[in-house]
Amino acid sequence: MSTDTLPESPADVAPQPPSSLIPAKKRIGDSVFKTLSTGAGTTILVILALVAAFLLVQAIPALTTPQDQQLANGYGYFPTWIVPFAFGTVWAAAWALLLAVPVALGIALFISHYAPRRLAQGLGYLIDLLAAVPSVVFGLWGIIVLAPAMMPVYTWLNAYLGWIPLFGGQVSGTGRTLLTAAVVLAVMILPIITSLTREVFLQTPKLHEEAALALGATRWEMVKMSVLPFGRAGIVSACMLGLGRALGETMAVAMVLSGSDVITIEILTSTNTNTIAATIAQNFPEAFALKQNQLIAGGLVLFVITLAVNMIARWIVARRAQYSGAN
Amino acid sequence: MSKRIVVNNLNVYYGKFKAVEDVDMVIEPRSVTAFIGPSGCGKSTFLRTLNRMHEVIPGARVEGDVLVDGENLYGPGVDPVEVRRLIGMVFQRPNPFPTMSIKENVLAGVTLNAKHLSSSRKDEIVEKSLSGANLWEEVKNRLELPGSGLSGGQQQRLCIARAIAMSPEVLLMDEPCSALDPISTLAIEDLIQELKETYTIVIVTHNMQQAARVSDSTAFFNIAGTGAPGKLIEMGPTEKIFSTPDNQQTEEYITGRFG
Repeated sequence: MSTDTLPESPADVAPQPPSSLIPAKKRIGDSVFKTLSTGAGTTILVILALVAAFLLVQAIPALTTPQDQQLANGYGYFPTWIVPFAFGTVWAAAWALLLAVPVALGIALFISHYAPRRLAQGLGYLIDLLAAVPSVVFGLWGIIVLAPAMMPVYTWLNAYLGWIPLFGGQVSGTGRTLLTAAVVLAVMILPIITSLTREVFLQTPKLHEEAALALGATRWEMVKMSVLPFGRAGIVSACMLGLGRALGETMAVAMVLSGSDVITIEILTSTNTNTIAATIAQNFPEAFALKQNQLIAGGLVLFVITLAVNMIARWIVARRAQYSGAN
Repeated sequence: MSKRIVVNNLNVYYGKFKAVEDVDMVIEPRSVTAFIGPSGCGKSTFLRTLNRMHEVIPGARVEGDVLVDGENLYGPGVDPVEVRRLIGMVFQRPNPFPTMSIKENVLAGVTLNAKHLSSSRKDEIVEKSLSGANLWEEVKNRLELPGSGLSGGQQQRLCIARAIAMSPEVLLMDEPCSALDPISTLAIEDLIQELKETYTIVIVTHNMQQAARVSDSTAFFNIAGTGAPGKLIEMGPTEKIFSTPDNQQTEEYITGRFG
């Protein structure tokens, strides 16, 4: 309605909402789809709430029982008892991530930007296949194959780099060390990081790649100038998903490590800090009453750690949103 | 710094498909040469052979010679990376690096060659290149902000600044204004007139008025039909091509009878 014509009657002044002119039609497909998608969205929230509620309710006794009763009936005083396992969880997962990320990024870049197409496809399938190996199999492989095979490496590291506290101490005679567990975890999280980052790298706009090449960038310089910056957020998310899996992984660690509640940063010795997930799995069958509550409270702590990791990742990604390829 | 380009008997292929056939051409230094022709006639493909960007596409290859002041770009042992450092390119859509600031964008190519530039030298290059691209006054107070925050026209001038920061011999432009509004287009066209004092400029354009406005000589490309290779039909001084072309096809194209 143009504003320069004078209104004849008050009815002309108020603009008519278009809905009153053309009534919206009810379409069955739309409402079915709406119900389904809303239902799916609600379900995930409900499940999450139920799990959180279960964790909280069951964990409360471990958090509220007085110290002396916890010492008498439980594994120990929860706030101090859980600390080594929380440390062990983060420590093992951090090493796994440290080992996996460079390899995963290398494979992803090779597949997306270096390999001939046919080889790239085959390699992609192979990596996905790695994700299909059950974690208990990885655990067995860790004990039977990897641990003995790594022994010479450990002895060497200890002999020449033993002055670094990390590699110090008495080398384990079985090879079942935190580093072995970390390698197993690294192999387990490799596929997810690789396939996610590969997808991200493949989506680098041709325009940005050509911009770099036209400036006389070599293949690697092109990757550095356009592919990696564009994929930055994706790389961080992929790493965090991998880290999340490493934090929560139970079987591989429980099988490879004979963990204890001693905090140690030495990664080559037979004394290793256990992880929360492995502690729960190993003790739960015999736990009752307060002990059970303490283990569940341990699960709550693990939940919080994983949540914190994810939030940090999101914050890292959001912090540089204006530099992302999106705008 | 500007050089003459001589193209001899050039054929361009994508795998088995011949995209451009048998081009012979001389591009004069310190001038603007425009490539015109209907879509799919191979003018962009041909442009990309002049700095060996063509071979970035898998399966793409070239037969023939491109001589830049007598030196064959496709000679044995010639490194395509070096070629691209000497022959700059501006693309159809502005493509500043989104993760870099305006300043970093200008320096992106320069720092590939010289890793350790003093910061005063860097500032000098940034100011000179941005002034050269008529962008300095608009961005001098926000050099540290991301390049992707600029308008489309400004982004394209930033890309031109990034290319001329490397002091190239030749500047190739692949429809540099096709994604821009008329005012930004005018700004780029004015800039091209200034740049030709220093560089050899080759521009692909869909816009015949633009070719007539900015170029000194014009080359008309055409294809016989789908699947047939593109060919250079006629090349000559822009005035002649747009007034009295020798070839019937050229006349039909410029008078708007097809394309």
